[in-house]
Amino acid sequence: MKSLLKKFRRDTQKSPKPSAEGRQGKGILVFRSTGEVIRAERVLRAKGKQVRVMGPPPQIQTGCDMVIEFALMEQLEVKRILGDVGLEPLEMVPVESPLLSPVGLYHVKELGAYLMVRAANMKLTVEKGTGLIVNVSGGGCPDVPYLAQELVGQNLREAPQPLELGHTLCGYALQMAFEEAMRRCSQ
Amino acid sequence: MLAVVGTVPDRPPEVLEGHVSLNREKLFLAGQEIAVGRGTTALLAAAAKTASLLGDSPPYACLAGDIGTGDGSIKLYAHLAQKIGSWGARVIAFHYILPDVDWHNRVLFALDALEPRPLLIADAGYMYVAKMSGQAQSYDLFTPDVGELAFLADEQAPHPFYTRGFLLKEENRVPELIARAYKNEDASRWLLVKGVSDYVVAREGVLSVIKEPVVEAMEAIGGTGDTVTGMAAALIASGIEVARACEWAARANRLAGKLADPTPATQIGRIIEEIPKALEEVVRTRP
Repeated sequence: MKSLLKKFRRDTQKSPKPSAEGRQGKGILVFRSTGEVIRAERVLRAKGKQVRVMGPPPQIQTGCDMVIEFALMEQLEVKRILGDVGLEPLEMVPVESPLLSPVGLYHVKELGAYLMVRAANMKLTVEKGTGLIVNVSGGGCPDVPYLAQELVGQNLREAPQPLELGHTLCGYALQMAFEEAMRRCSQ
Repeated sequence: MLAVVGTVPDRPPEVLEGHVSLNREKLFLAGQEIAVGRGTTALLAAAAKTASLLGDSPPYACLAGDIGTGDGSIKLYAHLAQKIGSWGARVIAFHYILPDVDWHNRVLFALDALEPRPLLIADAGYMYVAKMSGQAQSYDLFTPDVGELAFLADEQAPHPFYTRGFLLKEENRVPELIARAYKNEDASRWLLVKGVSDYVVAREGVLSVIKEPVVEAMEAIGGTGDTVTGMAAALIASGIEVARACEWAARANRLAGKLADPTPATQIGRIIEEIPKALEEVVRTRP
């Protein structure tokens, strides 16, 4: 019985606590899937909107989740841009409490002729001279083996972006590593 | 018997289960060939090699196709909630899956009803959801890498993607992260932390640290963490005590890497080839 009760108690006892950063005038867009979040972010950024991918508030977390933070004053325009590409958020709500931030740190390691870039739990390794993607490691969401299968053996400049193929936070982290590897290889 | 649960990228989102066989580095399940790459197939291949070496039956696998949309993962959870009790598994290793707290808890309810309860191992997405659900202590073994350990140590993070920076910077302070994860009740009974040094840990503290041999290229090779978990799971299913199984698996994985003489471009299949030789050597020299 004790373990049964524990399953239900956890949500109230250990919900992620928000940081102290304020979000006045901000709202969040909630979508059905992480894949839709990734697509919406791409579309909105292409239209010049200042949006950020963030962690959802505790009450709507289900797993590999993220939401898009946007300026509330742009609500109608955001809705129109998304509607034009057939994306309809489940919810557009004001931010009432601070949100979790995605990891912002990169670890870069030189391994002889190769460069390994880690973002959050994902690592991408490329051959420095050619930009060839030679390995993808880390991660735990189901698109990781798929992304590895699709990216390894391709050149950074020609490979599909992980965001185009991925559906999860691990896929999003791999995109960050991909962009950092691209930046470093083009220096 | 060892059962392995996870998702694979090149299958339809349907559940496939049965004992696996490994033939010339190819996995076969229910008459179908499944390519060995990084992820659950690497775990299975390593477990199958280990079981074969020990004279045990090959692992039982329950897999679903999923490329990240979650379709296969949800079917897998639903299947597990119904069928997991019928396997009679001594050890179950849960691996790549889309985290879903509600479904995770339904599967855990089904497991809680079993007598005897199987020993539960979680890695990758299943470890994420086990921690996120607040049920980490229902598991016997997690096998995180150092970045994932920082996630376990961060009571606020629902996924490694949201691990706070001050924890991610602590690569050289693994014991502190371990202590923090246990303090927050976000760690399993034992931990095998995979990294530059591998740590075998119980709630009481660090039991052993494995540092040799050092094969730097292995960090870049996708699947090297999966093979450690696969070996440890098969050793535990064979009756080896958990801490010893973890230590042997960590040592054997490093040795398999050394024998393969890899570069950062080497693929996991090459490491898996060396597992029997490496494991035999470890068991012979470190009884």
